[in-house]
Amino acid sequence: MIRTLPCSSLYINGFRLYILLFYVFLVMPLITICVLAFNDSNFIALPWHGFSMDWFFADTDERLGLFKDADLMLSVWTSLKTGFLVATFSTIVGTIAALLFEEEQFRLKGLLYFLALAPLVIPGVVLGISILLSSTYAGSYMEKTFGLEFEFLGPSFWLVVIGQFSFGATYVMLLVGARLKKFDRVLEEAALSLRATRLEVIRLITIPFLRPAIIGAFVVAFLISFSNFNTTIFLVGSDPTLPVDLYSRIKFSSTPVLNAVSFMIVTFISFAAIISFVMNRKKQ
Amino acid sequence: MIKNRGRTFYLLMIPVLLWLVLLIVIPHMDMFFRSFRYENDNGLMVFSLNNYLSFFEDKIYWLTFVKTALYSIGVTFLAFVVTFPVAFFLTKVVAKKHSSFMVLLLLIPIWIGELVTIYGWMILLSDNGVINNFLIKIGLIDSPIVMLYTNFSMTIGLLYMSMLFMIIPMMSALESLDDSLIEAASDLGATKWTIFRQIIIPYTTPGIASGGIIVFMLVIGDYVAPNILGGKSSLWFTEQIYNKFLATFNWNEGAAFGFLLLMLSSGIIWLALRLTGQKLEKVGS
Repeated sequence: MIRTLPCSSLYINGFRLYILLFYVFLVMPLITICVLAFNDSNFIALPWHGFSMDWFFADTDERLGLFKDADLMLSVWTSLKTGFLVATFSTIVGTIAALLFEEEQFRLKGLLYFLALAPLVIPGVVLGISILLSSTYAGSYMEKTFGLEFEFLGPSFWLVVIGQFSFGATYVMLLVGARLKKFDRVLEEAALSLRATRLEVIRLITIPFLRPAIIGAFVVAFLISFSNFNTTIFLVGSDPTLPVDLYSRIKFSSTPVLNAVSFMIVTFISFAAIISFVMNRKKQ
Repeated sequence: MIKNRGRTFYLLMIPVLLWLVLLIVIPHMDMFFRSFRYENDNGLMVFSLNNYLSFFEDKIYWLTFVKTALYSIGVTFLAFVVTFPVAFFLTKVVAKKHSSFMVLLLLIPIWIGELVTIYGWMILLSDNGVINNFLIKIGLIDSPIVMLYTNFSMTIGLLYMSMLFMIIPMMSALESLDDSLIEAASDLGATKWTIFRQIIIPYTTPGIASGGIIVFMLVIGDYVAPNILGGKSSLWFTEQIYNKFLATFNWNEGAAFGFLLLMLSSGIIWLALRLTGQKLEKVGS
């Protein structure tokens, strides 16, 4: 049944077959897209018409390759900018939240911690519409009362950043908080008794200890932002992020350029995963 | 610590409070109040239950609601059945040196993102897609089977994009299960089924519960898989919300629908936590 126990070959081979099928199920859609990105055809699916790089580099009336498609490149750029900003804000506030909840005692702590975890159990769609509703309301209020127009309170680039930050900070808080739980408090107390201020302790001792977790959380927040659709769709203005752009193309004008974009994403993520894996191996 | 609370405490407190109050509390309270606003015949905004009434009066709305709830529970169960053996295999059966690479493979589809993987399934399942072509080539069928735009394709998509989130919490529960418990039971003559039911399942219930809650949340709040892979008959409640906001621009009714979805998901999660004796704080970790 487990490694250490002898078991029948039927059991172990059956188990292996199931796992194999599971992994086939897992990689099937990814491999399909990657292969079809090089199909010399104007349609997204089969049949196979031969190898071609057209959907990456072509610039003809019929075929517009990924790197020649200005709209698509713009939405990639928007997503990168959004991801970077969301990851930055989430990392800062999420780390602060982790420090607050792990190290400080105060009234209503339980309630606040519950609220900080809430984005895990609020559907992304609900998060999107509630932020949309309240920000547009605040926007129209500002305009009526003070005559001030704030573009970021309507669907816009910045509203997407705000919306994604609202749950990105939760994930950072959990990742950094998990590392903080392993932190030896004696280090902090020693520094405090040597008359360091609380802020100095955090800056010089706690943050350096947390650095790997903070970097990891930054990457996670970036990836969450980069692939988010459910919340973003309600907040997006005139500059779509990549998932929003991909979605409207899938729905209304699918060309194999979608396969090419997907190929780039799949390759990039796989490489990044393998590099981090190898680096982790080396460290051990 | 409490005594020398000074500037630092407020420096930590203020950003967190701003985040939680401005982006979590106020928006959801606003959504709640908005759901009672209704434009009457004179064009005035009044307090009314009409937004909720229209949900109950129109059959399509509450049928979608019930269907979404039942399907989400079903997909969560399916995700458990499909992934539990994988979690067990990776922690208890396969040689340790292989398992870390196999776990890495599980993470890749998560980071690639839902939109790309769902798009991949669209190509696989379409009439001239890979699966149909393959089945025709090996002579199993003569003409393509309609798989795309059905409840079947939607279920596949929902399962694929959510199930991997369940493996990780189950694996960490299984990792802490001491092998000697299983060995002892086996030595005493317990069958595999008994070991599974009496040792493994009770021990991993916390992991199953937190994984299940994550999967359930992702499925019930998903828009991409039902919208891209589902057909006319597989409406999802998020699609109704989406239509209220971005097609008919009836935001007040949309707010009511959003609130109903929030109640449904938190209700079911609360029930699941109660039944398994778990706490939300644990799900996070």
